[in-house]
Amino acid sequence: MDKWEDNKAWFLVLPVFVIVAFSAIIPLMTVVNYSLQDIWGPGQRVFVGAEWFKETLSDHRLHDALWRQFLFSGMVLLIEIPLGIMIALAMPKRGWGVSASLVTLALPLLIPWNVIGTIWIIFTRPDIGLFGAAINGLNITFDHTSSPLDAWITLMFMEVWHWTPLVALLAYSGLRAIPEAYFQAAKIDGASAWATFRYIQLPKMRGVLTIAILLRFMDSFLIYAEPFVLTGGGPGNSTTFLSIYLVKIAVGQFDLGPAAAFSLIYFVIILLFSWLFYQALQNVGKGEKNG
Amino acid sequence: MGLRLQNIDKIVGRETHLKNISLEFEPGSRNIILGRTLAGKTSLLRIMAGLDRPTIGKLHIDDRDVTGISVRKRSIAMVYQQFINYPSLTVYKNIASPLKIAGLKRTEIDQRVRKTAAILHIDDLLDRLPTELSGGQQQRTAIARALVKEADLLLLDEPLVNLDFKLREELRIELQEIFSRRKAIVVYTTTEPAEALMIGGNIVVIDEGRILQTGPTSDVYQNPATIKVADVFSDPPMNYLKGVVTADAMRLGHGIDIPLYGHWSSLKVGQYQFGIRANHLFLTRTSEAEVKIRTTIELSEINGSETFIHVNYDNSMLVIQQNGVHAYRIGDPITLFVNPHYLMAYNEDGLLAASPSMKTATGTNVGNVGDNHGEH
Repeated sequence: MDKWEDNKAWFLVLPVFVIVAFSAIIPLMTVVNYSLQDIWGPGQRVFVGAEWFKETLSDHRLHDALWRQFLFSGMVLLIEIPLGIMIALAMPKRGWGVSASLVTLALPLLIPWNVIGTIWIIFTRPDIGLFGAAINGLNITFDHTSSPLDAWITLMFMEVWHWTPLVALLAYSGLRAIPEAYFQAAKIDGASAWATFRYIQLPKMRGVLTIAILLRFMDSFLIYAEPFVLTGGGPGNSTTFLSIYLVKIAVGQFDLGPAAAFSLIYFVIILLFSWLFYQALQNVGKGEKNG
Repeated sequence: MGLRLQNIDKIVGRETHLKNISLEFEPGSRNIILGRTLAGKTSLLRIMAGLDRPTIGKLHIDDRDVTGISVRKRSIAMVYQQFINYPSLTVYKNIASPLKIAGLKRTEIDQRVRKTAAILHIDDLLDRLPTELSGGQQQRTAIARALVKEADLLLLDEPLVNLDFKLREELRIELQEIFSRRKAIVVYTTTEPAEALMIGGNIVVIDEGRILQTGPTSDVYQNPATIKVADVFSDPPMNYLKGVVTADAMRLGHGIDIPLYGHWSSLKVGQYQFGIRANHLFLTRTSEAEVKIRTTIELSEINGSETFIHVNYDNSMLVIQQNGVHAYRIGDPITLFVNPHYLMAYNEDGLLAASPSMKTATGTNVGNVGDNHGEH
């Protein structure tokens, strides 16, 4: 440590420090700043402590939005992950079918998010939409603008259609990375198709599935554009998710203090759940040691 | 159990992976398939295992045609280049897996798993996951999984190639010991001549999907029937000296005359290539019969505890293998001693015409060549 003065290497860290400060720390601190003060205008502010947090945490509309959000993300994971794996397993392994299925799968991922909402509005319209008119033609009343259940069904369909391909692509890349010898070894052992999946394919896909689950959880928990375009949070508040509610407070009502407090809580929830998922998935394989 | 391959071809798309392969393996025999990368070793193993169907030809086990029978219904175990274990199962469960599928009793499984693990010295690692093991330990687990089944046919596809030098040596010795106690047919593929010699048994030398020569490993090593076999079964590569045989002498390179005696006396007059292994070229005179070659050093490299000296003589590269680590300067003059006794003569068609251990020029113990089907 006697050469401390000469240690100019510290300067090399500086650019990164500056970039991170401007890209993450300063914006975040601005939010923290808003969350702890009541600000009317330039120079007019008063420190309010944890008041905005208390107000936000006791807001029952926020509680509702939070449960809705968990329900939505939970359903997204329960449907998209198994479905994505199934699609990946069914995809061809060689030949022209590989590129054909990869391109087809990637299509929904290339469409801008608000366009997706518009596509599904038109698709499900009871009067002219292909899906909406067809369903109504079967004498089933289906209208996502008036029935909360229909709105949820439409949203789930849209979400699954939009994002399952990502899970499938990730799972497919994981499957393709398994050396052929594993499958031969399983065959020689006489292992069943299920055992091959359970003891070779699934464990070998753990890495990519961890990424898929984390991405899908975070993304679905932050979902905004698609439901905003499709339902605008309605009918009633039935599809008002956290981000939609947050924008209502921040932009609609211009309540920056509560909105900032809300944002920080939102951030902590996502961080916490991502960490929980990550920890759980890291320990999945090891649990079998004693089993 | 005896295994017989009959006129097997394997064609994938337009590529011929195997051509006219006929082989016979006796129960309890140790067999090596030696060939360079992409020679067709793995294709051949896969057909023996029943993982692939031959395009043409038949596979018999004890005179029963098993060509179309699924690998699941055969008694086979296989070890791969890569370390193949079930990633989420412990070493114990990995070794137990084939027995579990076979539906054995718990106590018997336990007993056999522990016994096999002990043979491979992994009995203290039974609770670990494959990812918590070193490469050598992972391959030991995979070998244990193959052995525990006590299958009739044990296939090993370059099992040691991904291990470092020391582990390879260690396992090679252990494997030799393990194989000698097995009743199964052991088939072991490798690219390395040294490994082939160590495992012993019988050898099948293949190249570009064809059998070049078969026979007891040491016989084939001493009498490579063609230049091609000599090249595959020699590391460092076989050295060649051009020569001419006249009525009473043979002349090598730049006027080195050697009287015809011993195994040379049967050579017909003509052009020959004389092959000599790198470890049969000496830097000091060891016997009266040796002839001298004077040249200069082009390159000297040290590999492990051996030194390889490369020289150019009569427009061909020669490699001299020396035990121990020695330093040589490039460009220095050097004198080699060649004992004619070690030379192997190849005629203009690349066929072995005479070798030290060959009984006559047409040889009874020269293995089967080229178009031969390899019957014993």
